[in-house]
Amino acid sequence: MEKVISALWSVPGANTLEVYKKHGGYEAAKEVLSSWTPEKLIEHVKASGLRGRGGAGFPTGMKWSFINRGSPKPKYVCINADESEPGTAKDRYILELTPHLLIEGTLICAKAIDCHHAFIYCRGEFYDQIAILKKALAEAKAAGIVGKNALGSGYDIQITVHSGFGAYICGEETGLIESLEGKKGQPRIKPPFPAVVGLYNCPTVVNNVETAAALPWIIKHAPEEYKKFGTEKSGGTKLLSISGHVNKPGTYEIPLGLPLSEFINSPNYGGGVWKGRKLKACIPGGSSVPILTAAEVEKTNIDYESCAANGTMLGSGGCIVMDETTDMVHSLRILGHFYSHESCGQCTPCRTGTNWAHRILCRIDDGEGRPEDVDELLKIANNMVGRTICPLADALAMPIKSFLTKFRSEFDKKARREKAA
Amino acid sequence: MSNAEEKFSDQTLAKMKEAIAEYPDKASAVLPVLQLIQKEKGWVSPASQRFTAELLSISPARVKEVVTFYTMFHQQPVGKYHIQVCTNISCSLRGGEEIFAHCQKKLGLKGHKDVTPDGLFSLEHVECLAACERAPAMLLGENYKMELTIEKVDEIIDRCKKEGSH
Repeated sequence: MEKVISALWSVPGANTLEVYKKHGGYEAAKEVLSSWTPEKLIEHVKASGLRGRGGAGFPTGMKWSFINRGSPKPKYVCINADESEPGTAKDRYILELTPHLLIEGTLICAKAIDCHHAFIYCRGEFYDQIAILKKALAEAKAAGIVGKNALGSGYDIQITVHSGFGAYICGEETGLIESLEGKKGQPRIKPPFPAVVGLYNCPTVVNNVETAAALPWIIKHAPEEYKKFGTEKSGGTKLLSISGHVNKPGTYEIPLGLPLSEFINSPNYGGGVWKGRKLKACIPGGSSVPILTAAEVEKTNIDYESCAANGTMLGSGGCIVMDETTDMVHSLRILGHFYSHESCGQCTPCRTGTNWAHRILCRIDDGEGRPEDVDELLKIANNMVGRTICPLADALAMPIKSFLTKFRSEFDKKARREKAA
Repeated sequence: MSNAEEKFSDQTLAKMKEAIAEYPDKASAVLPVLQLIQKEKGWVSPASQRFTAELLSISPARVKEVVTFYTMFHQQPVGKYHIQVCTNISCSLRGGEEIFAHCQKKLGLKGHKDVTPDGLFSLEHVECLAACERAPAMLLGENYKMELTIEKVDEIIDRCKKEGSH
């Protein structure tokens, strides 16, 4: 398969402007900035079927079309490089290996909504990746690619790299906007959506790194070409990380629609479950999506529709594999710790719900559980879903519900303090 | 600046100015300014928080909110080598919790940003570092260390001890 995003990953020096340009870099942005109208750009990307790769899967062209370009206010693009969903390690590759691809994609996003100042919001732990991106941006500025009259197009564009500092919630788009404004990253109530009232109360689009990085290829090809990689409704390619109990953990670009079992087992991807063991379960799209049993993995393809049909989500593409020895109670306890730690605290069902769930999971796991704990956990999860400003509460409730439904006996056994078989 | 007891290098002050110029609203520079402070001083003291508030014309309470919300800010000095071990799901499936426990034992630390008596090391858990595919992972200061084993961690810590003690 031809690679859309990862084509240059194995090319030495692809993080430099010189090598990037040698491989056709910035040709797409030059054409778009010089001669495409936002309407043409939006229609092209809509037709390609590209959907937001950060997790929600919202069609990118449609997201852009919600911006009122006639507004007298400035319009802003924010690129979400706050990659922090457990299991997900894909944007890191783009930042490290092809930062110019991200800058080029950012220029294209900007043109779509008539934006002249874009922000790239990176997670703070990415010290090295931020340094690489800033170096690339300096190169691009010196070469007249970013700045006034970018690429000789007459279009002015400023790009600012902004660093977060350890808060998962800033990956939520309105949390990210609050953080960019210099506040705690607490998500906003929607509506109004960022397209109407976003950064500095101006129309704003937040796009994921991978979404932006797919744009240069899409611009250079007919929209149908991108769609051809995927399925009817899930067009294109996706970066997927595979981690946990596999022989070849890594990050791979796949055509959407690939069978999940092939992704886990193929020598081109995950290389199969490690140590000759059997598969027990798999979280296909990052830690917040419902877990699949080994039997469900067999029926699931990696695309938005097939994941939904099997009760889970493609999410951000963080595939976590668990072998037959995995302790599901302990695994869920880890997720409970994570989401309770990262709850921003503004909504009660999330702030107290994640903490209660975590405390109950700890006592079950530590052999101090009570028989009624498992039902209590389900009750807590049901009271968290859909009752908060942002989906962080759901992001723990969904794993709780799916782990307890599919692996209930393990939880019951531990809660009743029975010795493991 | 009347309230500013903290002094910063000219280079840091120049970088703060550059950072402020990047944003339409200077309050947006609170994270970059505090990051520059932590880079120079190793932590963000109450005095440097007051300095930040004055510099950006925002209330000290708002700076404090930011410092306490973002977990990478250190509100007290940490060790010369600050170690953050990931114990989230992908790392723990491949031994991240054992790595953390080993660091606790080897350094004699609890792992809540506490510091060894010689001031060399501090330790804490960190949530997912987006290095799941090369787990287990940790941050040593600003650098990723991945595909860790107990032996590799021993090597890293021993090297730091050697380099840091003179």
